[in-house]
Amino acid sequence: MSTQFESVAAVRDGLAKVDYLADDGISGVVFLADRLEKPILVEGPAGTGKTQLAKSVADMLGARLIRLQCYEGIDEAKALYEWNYKKQLLRIQAERNVENWDDIEDDIFARDFLLTRPLLEAIQAEDRVVLLIDEVDRVEVETEALLLELLSEYQVSIPELGTVKAKQIPLVFLTSNNTRELSEALKRRCLFLHIDYPDLDRERQIVLTKVPGISESLADQVTRIVRSIRQLELKKAPSVSETLDWARTLVLLGIDQVTEAEATETINILLKYQTDIERAVKELNNEGSTWQKSGTKS
Amino acid sequence: MAVTDEMSPMLELITGFISELREAGIPCSLKENLDAMEAIQHIPLEDREAFKFALAATLVKNHSHWKAFETVFEVFFAIRGDEYELNRDDEDGENAEGEENEDGDGEGEGEGGEPGFGEGGGGGRRYTNEELAEMLYRSLLNNDQMTIRNVAKESVRRFAGMEPGRPVGGTYYLYRTLRNLDLDSMLERLMNEVREQAAPEELSPLQARLEKDEYESRIDRLRQEVEAEIRRRLVADRGVEAMAKTLRKPLPEDVDFMHASRDEMSKLRKAIYPLTRKLAVRLERKRRHGRKGPLDFRNTVRHSLSYGGVPAEPKFRFPKPAKPEIMVVADISGSVAAFARFTLHLVYAISNQFSKVRAFVFIDGLDEVTKYFEGTDDIIQAIHRVNTEADVVWVDGHSDYGHAFEVFWETYGKEVGPRTTVLILGDARNNYHASQAWIIKELGKRARSVFWLNPEPKSYWDTGDSILSEYGDNTDGVFECRNLRQLEGFVENLA
Repeated sequence: MSTQFESVAAVRDGLAKVDYLADDGISGVVFLADRLEKPILVEGPAGTGKTQLAKSVADMLGARLIRLQCYEGIDEAKALYEWNYKKQLLRIQAERNVENWDDIEDDIFARDFLLTRPLLEAIQAEDRVVLLIDEVDRVEVETEALLLELLSEYQVSIPELGTVKAKQIPLVFLTSNNTRELSEALKRRCLFLHIDYPDLDRERQIVLTKVPGISESLADQVTRIVRSIRQLELKKAPSVSETLDWARTLVLLGIDQVTEAEATETINILLKYQTDIERAVKELNNEGSTWQKSGTKS
Repeated sequence: MAVTDEMSPMLELITGFISELREAGIPCSLKENLDAMEAIQHIPLEDREAFKFALAATLVKNHSHWKAFETVFEVFFAIRGDEYELNRDDEDGENAEGEENEDGDGEGEGEGGEPGFGEGGGGGRRYTNEELAEMLYRSLLNNDQMTIRNVAKESVRRFAGMEPGRPVGGTYYLYRTLRNLDLDSMLERLMNEVREQAAPEELSPLQARLEKDEYESRIDRLRQEVEAEIRRRLVADRGVEAMAKTLRKPLPEDVDFMHASRDEMSKLRKAIYPLTRKLAVRLERKRRHGRKGPLDFRNTVRHSLSYGGVPAEPKFRFPKPAKPEIMVVADISGSVAAFARFTLHLVYAISNQFSKVRAFVFIDGLDEVTKYFEGTDDIIQAIHRVNTEADVVWVDGHSDYGHAFEVFWETYGKEVGPRTTVLILGDARNNYHASQAWIIKELGKRARSVFWLNPEPKSYWDTGDSILSEYGDNTDGVFECRNLRQLEGFVENLA
């Protein structure tokens, strides 16, 4: 068993060292994933640091990050392994005189002719790796099945070659933007982690760590405004990465006190839909007497 | 994995916990159950938060179930202790020690805020209601978590009027406590304080708003503390199982449209957007992948040339399934308005699956509202306009399906063609007006199909002034759509 972390607190501190500020939920699940040797399925709104979590964990462990970006139509040739046809062909041609076909067949279906793709690579790795399967909700339901064997047994079966077992159990992260419901089989094999927008204090800390040269008061103001905006009914609420972009912009512009005018001018960095921008501008310019009507408070 | 013998009380608790989760509608498989057991062995039990996340990560695989999970968790793993027992005070009278705020309970039951109890301790450490309010005010101003928590405890003790065995739900106690705390004027006071501090400068609207949001969130935390306190006391009084049962709330997708509280409504509104997005993606995929077109003979022959004339590789035409045209006719009178709103939202969100969507709303008059949805991608705004601007009242503003259908038939009947699917939304409670069911029959002849969606439970159909079957018999199907799950299912099959 590869216990790489001592306690939940150790995970949190380790992540903080690589500039990832985790809350109790995040560090707790990472800790458990390591202890239980289970993959983590990370879900949540876009731009809350799902992918970054995997990168940071790899960073913290000093492990190599192997990344599989999922897309519609990905198949095992792209995700698991593929036979190197050209090399096989050359081999057959080179051995043209050999009478015994069985020998050649054994020969060309050997490891030398196997092109490893991310998943197989992660399994075979001798060194320490973290496997990131990004945006797993983009693959079709049928393709999901490809992952199942790997996720539960940490092995890959290749019909011609046999089963490749993992040399060491890698930490596996799957991220999902929740554009579709993942299959029960996949969910059952994973620990589930939902990363939401951080609360005020954590977001302020994130801004302070990630934006060089920002003053405490500006960071405070930025996060408060973002919190107010997130309470509106918007198509796309501003994500953490957009908060950071906005904070960076304000620093570059040399602003250290955000007023209505500046907020209105730069708000297009936070919000990407015209209707959202209009609504937010309207809301920020009145004292917030109307938003209670939206029904979030009683 | 080994579950050792000494763990068995814990094991029992967890088993009860999981079966309650299942009761609440969260699917927990056996495998996940075992995972949870294993997970908690790695977590120090005294770390309650970590324990909670360990259970959540292994058992709850859908974020919309989180709230339900949290409630069950709070009930099952409530912090227990003598101080939460309701009837302690009745037995041993006033607690002479007068320890802080958490000692004697059940005082002043039913009487709300009588100040009499302040004299009891005599140690000068008890507060009058005014002092309590002052403490709350200052703790909110300084964001003093400890005091906020203590004030919450104290006010529940004082104001909620909880009695052992009293068969009222937690909401009642919550209401009583909060009414006495008068949080609205508290917010007002906090804001005045902020304004004074900023003086002589005026607060800009933005600043004022930020301050207000800050205090709102602090007050919200207080409210949560109060809720938690009430829950703890109720658990102590009634026991875990009974409590879990009364607190059991439907998952967002199972909330009944007709009886949703305001809070649930806002959750529903939040839930519907990701749901429509998922639905759209799913339908789009189905469209592209699901069906194969008919054999394209010409193309197959052309490709056969490269195989020496053998049609080895059959080619198919791209599928072009006809997109239906949708007419939504919705009753937007009081009781079913929410249902109409969600259905319109859902239908418009996937409107690219249809060749054309037209929307009509009625109460006793009928109006076309398609124009509100055109040229805007803000569906919420459009629905708001439908509710405020559409001209749907003819005589008295009580539902009159008969007349509404008449208007529809006369004005738009000719536009219903063989490619049109008509969706009628409503509970068919006609206030004993003439039904004019023949219109539905005529519509059925002209349209590709006519469906009726009813937000009422099936057992209520045709009771009182509901004349659903009179209409329903002439349609291609009547469907019960009480919650998002059913609605989503229907809309998916439609496209």
